[in-house]
Amino acid sequence: MLQEESDLSLVIAQIVQKLKGSNLYAQLERQAWASLQRPEIKLESLKEDIKEFFKISGWEKKLQNAVYSELSVFPLPSHPAAPPEHLKEPLVYMRKAQGSWEKRILKSLNSMCTELSIPLARKRPVGEQKELLNKWNEMGTDEPDLSLFRPVYAPKDFLEVLINLRNPNYENGDSLSFRTHLGLIQVPLKVKDIPELKEFFVELGLTTGQLGIDDSTQVPPELFENEHVRIGQKVLAEQDSAAAQQYIRQGSPTALRAELWALILNISSQPEDILYYEQLKTNVIQHDLLVDSLIYKDVKLTASNDDYYFVFEDYLYQVLLCFSRDTSVLGHFAYNSASPPKSYIRGKLGLEEYAVFYPPNGVIPFHGFSMYVAPLCFLYHEPSKLYQIFREMYVRFFFRLHSISSHPSGIVSLCLLFETLLQTYLPQLFYHLREIGAQPLRISFKWMVRAFSGYLATDQLLLLWDRILGYNSLEILADCPKSIVP
Amino acid sequence: MSRPKNQNYKGHGLSKGKEREQRASIRFKTTLVNTLMDVLRHRPGWVEVKDEGDWDFYWCDVSWLRENFDHTYMDEHVRISHFRNHYELTRKNYMVKNLKRFRKQLEREAGKLEAAKCDFFPKTFEMPCEYHLFVEEFRKNPGITWIMKPVARSQGKGIFLFRRLKDIMDWRKGTAGKKLTSSEAQPARSAVNPPGGHDARSSEDQKDEIPVENYVAQRYIENPYLIGGRKFDLRVYVLVMSYIPLRAWLYRDGFARFSNTRFTLSSIDDQYVHLTNVAVQKTSPDYHPKKGCKWMIQRFRQYLASKHGPEAVETLFSDMDNIFIRSLQSVQKVIISDKHCFELYGYDILIDQDLKPWLLEVNASPSLTASSQEDYELKTCLLEDTLHVVDMEARLTGREKRVGGFDLMWNDGPVSREEGAPDLSGMGNFVTNTHLGCVNDRKKQLRQLFRSLQSQKKASS
Repeated sequence: MLQEESDLSLVIAQIVQKLKGSNLYAQLERQAWASLQRPEIKLESLKEDIKEFFKISGWEKKLQNAVYSELSVFPLPSHPAAPPEHLKEPLVYMRKAQGSWEKRILKSLNSMCTELSIPLARKRPVGEQKELLNKWNEMGTDEPDLSLFRPVYAPKDFLEVLINLRNPNYENGDSLSFRTHLGLIQVPLKVKDIPELKEFFVELGLTTGQLGIDDSTQVPPELFENEHVRIGQKVLAEQDSAAAQQYIRQGSPTALRAELWALILNISSQPEDILYYEQLKTNVIQHDLLVDSLIYKDVKLTASNDDYYFVFEDYLYQVLLCFSRDTSVLGHFAYNSASPPKSYIRGKLGLEEYAVFYPPNGVIPFHGFSMYVAPLCFLYHEPSKLYQIFREMYVRFFFRLHSISSHPSGIVSLCLLFETLLQTYLPQLFYHLREIGAQPLRISFKWMVRAFSGYLATDQLLLLWDRILGYNSLEILADCPKSIVP
Repeated sequence: MSRPKNQNYKGHGLSKGKEREQRASIRFKTTLVNTLMDVLRHRPGWVEVKDEGDWDFYWCDVSWLRENFDHTYMDEHVRISHFRNHYELTRKNYMVKNLKRFRKQLEREAGKLEAAKCDFFPKTFEMPCEYHLFVEEFRKNPGITWIMKPVARSQGKGIFLFRRLKDIMDWRKGTAGKKLTSSEAQPARSAVNPPGGHDARSSEDQKDEIPVENYVAQRYIENPYLIGGRKFDLRVYVLVMSYIPLRAWLYRDGFARFSNTRFTLSSIDDQYVHLTNVAVQKTSPDYHPKKGCKWMIQRFRQYLASKHGPEAVETLFSDMDNIFIRSLQSVQKVIISDKHCFELYGYDILIDQDLKPWLLEVNASPSLTASSQEDYELKTCLLEDTLHVVDMEARLTGREKRVGGFDLMWNDGPVSREEGAPDLSGMGNFVTNTHLGCVNDRKKQLRQLFRSLQSQKKASS
């Protein structure tokens, strides 16, 4: 009991610390000062009166949403004395694997850089800056020569690394038993089994209404759809993040989705946010990064060739180029097993004072990265809002799909979950595929890494991502391929 | 031969009182290849007839029709894929005339409000005969953009935009007096001259003068709805089985064709920006064949719903229904309604930023070539369902409101989504039986339909 209390107070302290530096705090303070003018605020009961005022004016809700948001993202501290690496990833062998994978990526990037004699970053000459500014809304028309650039890595390279992961403390023994895992992933991580999944995903049960199933043409809307839409509108009116997250587990109506996601991710387009985005845009105009070419190449190879997303090509550049330069993204490395790659100013290799993170946001794009953004273009049309939503989705969910960690939503666990489910419940299929040399994970891996973007029709994809937001977990991605593979 | 009349619901005219003959095999002929050929060849019981053999079904092209229809005898069961004078609807200048006349009639009979429902066609003037009227309109609205389109060509050929009268002066000097090739010439004079038709007039024009290619000048829609900064238009398929009475079906699938480049009014000379025909896009330097440039209309409908809400989308789509029906009504009295004929039209619709749909044109021979796998699926399913509705195999009862992906949109009156008699008063909870851009579970529906038809047949035999 004592442990729980001290944990709780630790969490509270950390959240308060975090929120104190945020814009919301400043706004609350301003509101509190302004409220002193109001007649209902009396000096004797100042604290209660102000609290009451916050409740009525909706500011308390905003604070609640902010706290809820922090809790969703914040990993709970396991032990007050745990070093920061443990927050990133508690298992040593995983950390090591991630570290060596990062070294490989960086090496590949550096060698491409040397081969092509292109600097990692350079300042653009004024003429070029002007040109880019003019073309900002149609960067897709640019056709730079990208033939020499290769994506730094593709999902299949990453899969090879995961296949070779081993826990040095675990001895499997040579004898095959019914417990032997026949899949590619050979690390002993705990994943949920069907009864646990059933409990976790209780709202997806057969007896509960779902959008995407119970709103099809044969089902009269009075049974489920109408009521569900009405509740959705109410949730939006209340502006309650936690309620929205609970609501969206049954799927979101098309018309309400954009607002619901913004509410759950606690994104509201404040002037500061728009200004921040404009600042990032200026950074893009002024400096050219090598990763920009990688982004261009990726967009041209994937999203531009997609039947549904090719229209949004220009938005993708506007989001991804700014994303690369956003140093606030570095914050998520506190709970990401990955670490941002470091680079050194020319000539000062090894000197820490001259080390910079490269790219500035610490995320090196891989083949297919732009597909994380593409489906969002269906919902958000204002570049700065689209940007915020994507950034938040990345630092909450997507980063887990391409870093090695033991987290239940990490890609390793997802692969293991998928293979276990398949082996347990469709053993004949699993065995057959193995026999013909087509390990099922090799097929479904790329689906999961991209969170199914580009592999599912957009309406279905958005319903899937509704559940990711609703359950704050990526485990549903492992469940999905099970129905597609057969 | 008497026909049992159902007072409440009119059948869509396929079966008469006497059972139609079930033919052992159906001989088809067509000059087209790709999707149509695949569909026809795979249809059970259909055999291809080559060269001069007799046929039961002919998917012809319009030039054959022009030359041979009048001297071809067809048995009662024979079907052909065009109406004799379809050009009343599909040639831009005729369509405009018919629509203007219909609008006037509506105004006389039902008032201005009703007539305003025909305002889905941008102001158009036929050149060169309406040149003066055009100049008057041009002067009233200085600075707007106009588009010049040849009346009878397709695939975006010969189209250009202009803002100044000077631009067309030059064009006039250039093309006046040019001889047309025989394939571009106006339709040959036919023996049958329906009242109000245009054949008599055109044959007079042809008498002494050198044939000049006819153009129309149309007000260019400067505020098109853009997605991803790109302009697009919608291709929708409407199947007309007869004009008198008017029976039309609407296909649930269709697609949005995107321009490859971003839309901006400043680049009037850039032909690629403004024209969204795939044919023109294919020549643009930006064009990558993999891209496809097309969205299925379901995707488009969803996109709009997530941006503007379902009510706005409902309104837009019912405005589009209005376009289809009124355009067909405007040529109803003029087109020779031969019972052998049916026609699959491709409607081109442009949406502007206020979510108002505009009719660009109607195609009598919409392209059936597939530009991608998805496109191939769409077109083969479309053609299969067209053949189901034409019903050479005499399987349907004639009371169906839906066949595969086709919904009966107009059956001598509006068709209601609900069961039972159509609500002709036009008030109350009338919802039209159209599902453009909605789920197309055609396979399932066809299975159920044919199964129930079979059991009905067994029961009655």
